[in-house]
Amino acid sequence: MFEISPTEWTAILLSLRVAIIATLVATPFGIALAWLLARRNFWGKSLLDAIVHLPLVLPPVVTGYLLLLTFGKRGLVGGWLAEHLGVVFAFRWTGAALACGVMSFPLLVRPIRLSIEAVDRRLEQAAETLGAAPWRVFATVTLPLALPGVLAGMVLGFAKAIGEFGATITFVSNIPGETQTISSAIYALIQTPDGDAAAGRLVIVSIVIAMGALIAAEVFARRATARLHGQ
Amino acid sequence: MLRVDVAKQLGEFSLAASFASEGRVTGLFGASGSGKTTLINIIAGLLRPDRGSIVIDGETVDDTAAGIHVPAYRRRIGYVFQDARLFPHLDVGRNLDYGRRMNGLPEDAAQRKRVVDLLDIGNLLDRRPGKLSGGERQRVALGRALLSKPRLLLLDEPLGALDEGRKLEILPYLVRLRDEAGVPMVYVSHDAAELRQLATQIVMLRHGRITAFGGVKVLTSGV
Repeated sequence: MFEISPTEWTAILLSLRVAIIATLVATPFGIALAWLLARRNFWGKSLLDAIVHLPLVLPPVVTGYLLLLTFGKRGLVGGWLAEHLGVVFAFRWTGAALACGVMSFPLLVRPIRLSIEAVDRRLEQAAETLGAAPWRVFATVTLPLALPGVLAGMVLGFAKAIGEFGATITFVSNIPGETQTISSAIYALIQTPDGDAAAGRLVIVSIVIAMGALIAAEVFARRATARLHGQ
Repeated sequence: MLRVDVAKQLGEFSLAASFASEGRVTGLFGASGSGKTTLINIIAGLLRPDRGSIVIDGETVDDTAAGIHVPAYRRRIGYVFQDARLFPHLDVGRNLDYGRRMNGLPEDAAQRKRVVDLLDIGNLLDRRPGKLSGGERQRVALGRALLSKPRLLLLDEPLGALDEGRKLEILPYLVRLRDEAGVPMVYVSHDAAELRQLATQIVMLRHGRITAFGGVKVLTSGV
């Protein structure tokens, strides 16, 4: 029987929450950064580009450890945030969201950057001659035209975030109900003697979520593309 | 009233042009590569001159000596490009209203109707640019530029991308625009016949220099 137990539900819902929050919070930063990389030339651009892509090539455990050093309770940023804003990342689901956001960031930024680069700059010029200040050119022309890329980036980022394992478990451990996502629950279950069935169920859930995300991305992209080609 | 005195170096190409025009339609005439588009882009504020000044309607919009460069979006100019450049994600009606919205101008239904009627685009308002013919697109682009209430309208070979039949379709609208809209225009073209019909003053450009200036008869003096 395919019956999902309460603990499994907890892990599933936590995963969804972590991935959704990570994606939503990361998206504005991703758009800003993608725009900078696509449209501006500045000193240190290659370096910034490399840093953005770092989580893609670093061992996840290294990223997780660096997060722990920075955002842990005694970390430079984490200590300050806890003291002044009461925001704590260490061993909390917020930390899991942070880890997922950082790990999925390169996948989020890349399609957005490509789609901004693909926006015809002559249209942006036309908007400017019609009286649109730079930020309004961005809001009314560049961003709407880059929307398929933004959605693609969000879905890719979400899919990566929901499957993230290495950095999350390193940074916030594997606490049921707080930081135990689907991935870390599966990891824990396959190390338990009778965990196979439960692990199997969570595996199926992961596959369904991932497939759903990909199909959604495809549908969004198609609609947006049709819209943009003036049909 | 338009006063231009600018110089610009772009790679190998150098432009140095100085003229003042009171004409309703100032024609910038020259072969491709003569610097017409560079000059009109400088007037629009899309390009910055290396040196010189531009005065539109009494306002100095460029003066390198005084460090003045008014960005394109604050120049209150209209620009019609050869390739229309309609926003593909907006329907015709919203393309037309774009300039008004960006300039924070109040809705002016009478003006909008006048322009829509002048250009015969009333039946296109709900369409997307992707569904328009080349001539229709160019008419919408004209309307869009006009409705931003510019004090100067720049047209860069607006008929250049159209075949002969389409050109004849648009030309009467441009004549009406000149006679009815009351906005001074700078009209770029390499087609002497077109300018003879439209322009009131001609600036002739060659290799980045002005070789003749005057009424339309300079077009026939065979430079």
